[in-house]
Amino acid sequence: MILLVTIDFPGDVDYLRRSLRKGFDTEIDVSLNGLDPKPFFNPDRGQYSSTSIIERLEQETPAKASKVLAVTGLDLYIPILTFVFGEARLNGRCAVVSSYRLDNRSYGLRPNPSLLQKRMLKESTHELGHTLGLIHCQDQECVMKSSTYVEEIDFKGSWFCRRCRDFCGTALSRLK
Amino acid sequence: MTDQVSMLIVDDEPSVRDSLLQWFLQEGFRVDTAADATEALEKMGACNFDIALLDIKMPGMDGIELQGRLKQIDSQLAVIIMTAYASVDTAIQALKQGAYDYITKPVDPDDLNRLIRNAALQRRLLRENLSLKEKIRSLIPTDQIIGKSPRMLKVIETIQTVAPTDVTVMIEGASGTGKEFVARTIHLNSKRKYFPLITINCGALTDELAESELFGHEQGAFSGALFRRKGKLELAHRGALFLDEIGSIGPRAQMDLLRVLETRRFTRLGGNEQVETDFRIISTTSKNLEEAVKEGRFSEDLYYRLNVFTIRLPSLKERVSDIPLLVDYFVGKFAAAMNKPFTGVEAGAMELLKQKATWPGNVRELQNAVERAVVVGKPPLLTASDFAGLLASEGALTQEGVLPLAEMERRHIQLALDSSGGNVSLAAQMLKVDKDTVYDKIRQYGLVY
Repeated sequence: MILLVTIDFPGDVDYLRRSLRKGFDTEIDVSLNGLDPKPFFNPDRGQYSSTSIIERLEQETPAKASKVLAVTGLDLYIPILTFVFGEARLNGRCAVVSSYRLDNRSYGLRPNPSLLQKRMLKESTHELGHTLGLIHCQDQECVMKSSTYVEEIDFKGSWFCRRCRDFCGTALSRLK
Repeated sequence: MTDQVSMLIVDDEPSVRDSLLQWFLQEGFRVDTAADATEALEKMGACNFDIALLDIKMPGMDGIELQGRLKQIDSQLAVIIMTAYASVDTAIQALKQGAYDYITKPVDPDDLNRLIRNAALQRRLLRENLSLKEKIRSLIPTDQIIGKSPRMLKVIETIQTVAPTDVTVMIEGASGTGKEFVARTIHLNSKRKYFPLITINCGALTDELAESELFGHEQGAFSGALFRRKGKLELAHRGALFLDEIGSIGPRAQMDLLRVLETRRFTRLGGNEQVETDFRIISTTSKNLEEAVKEGRFSEDLYYRLNVFTIRLPSLKERVSDIPLLVDYFVGKFAAAMNKPFTGVEAGAMELLKQKATWPGNVRELQNAVERAVVVGKPPLLTASDFAGLLASEGALTQEGVLPLAEMERRHIQLALDSSGGNVSLAAQMLKVDKDTVYDKIRQYGLVY
């Protein structure tokens, strides 16, 4: 089972839940506003520490959830980078994805809710892929292709390539 | 050697170390971290890394000093310095000391990924470059010139002397004596060996083709010049230009070549840009160029520019004592290529080959004869009948026509010296003259023994 935790998430949780259930073929439980974001805020940067969110999720979420995915509308960072779309621990249990930099409005463009949903789904699948042990993939169409700007996310596919599927097959089946 | 990129992250701030560790683990890198310089040096001593990300401000030894120490362990390590405070001075200092690049924290993820990708690529290219150089070194035929006759030992010694210098070399010798092979050996034993040896077959270089072939051309220089094309002089940059059979070159091409040899500068056809190029020249000739100069068929200036150092290759007849060595080498080579278990040549057949009166095709003729014999022969030994075609075509002294008596005498005494392995007493016995006569003739004809 995958636990979907929202933290100040303005998007369509139900779309995400349905899409992830279909893709990963497992139950998706939802915990709405399951975590208070205040402790993760860095006033110097005006951003939220994704690493601290993951650490808290690891401590506070029920062990019965094979994987935990937090989704948020907050701007996330790790110390060395200006921002991250999301973060996960390789072979870990928890991941977090932000819609903040996936939203066209961050780039002064007109909002596109449908595109934002697709981007959120791809990044959620990508970070969950890391928790399944997958590293970045060179296949241009694989969801595990590294993306550091949104156009790269739009270009890649929304699911794992055959090689990545083969690699994490056992871990995937354990989610069911 | 694995293709996986390896990285050492050195930062006293655990959250930075950890976030970078996670970031690059997900890239599929092998990543290790160190909290300070001491730990970094320990880890670097224990295992190799391609890239080191170093924080500039750390307690104890700072990133700049650590960079120097790490480079002492691995001079090709790609070091990237990280700092929280952008400072031009520090950046310059880091780059001056050989850092690959410098980033200010926090960095844009795209910039960081691109930087690391490029650093990894540079490191891989360096590694490939070293391995290719190693491969070239192993391919250099240092002992492939076969011959122990006094004339050939002299040639080998000359090659060893002249190869490492940058001097222009002219190789003279009849067809099939191995001029091109000697030219390649000189190049592969020179400091230019990692750069190309560009061959110009002067026989095929018509005056019409010469300019475009030598200097290249710009796009649209003439109809059909669809793209810019580099000429052979440009391609030989930092390497060598091999002018094969320079005696066959036409008068216009001689002038073109002379012009560029004087300045090492030229312009491509249809262009204005001056191209400067640095190459060594090795040329060969089977013709008597001095005579061609006298007859006005070859430019005197060009002759003196090319003929700085001359290597004269003896004909096969002038190195008869090398025939068994050459035959054994060729038998081994062709037997392996044709997968036939030949071990050598019967003594009688070898004697016939040594006594053959003329070898107009020289070593190449001998090589072809052995190749044919290996095709038709039955292992383990080649017999005289396997060389039947070659020995039957023998027509003593007829192939070169009538020679001047002095030339005949010179060759005959050289043959005796070669056959005796340079032993003058033995050569005198073979010639049925006294030793002093042989010494006189050696002086008179400048013979080598």
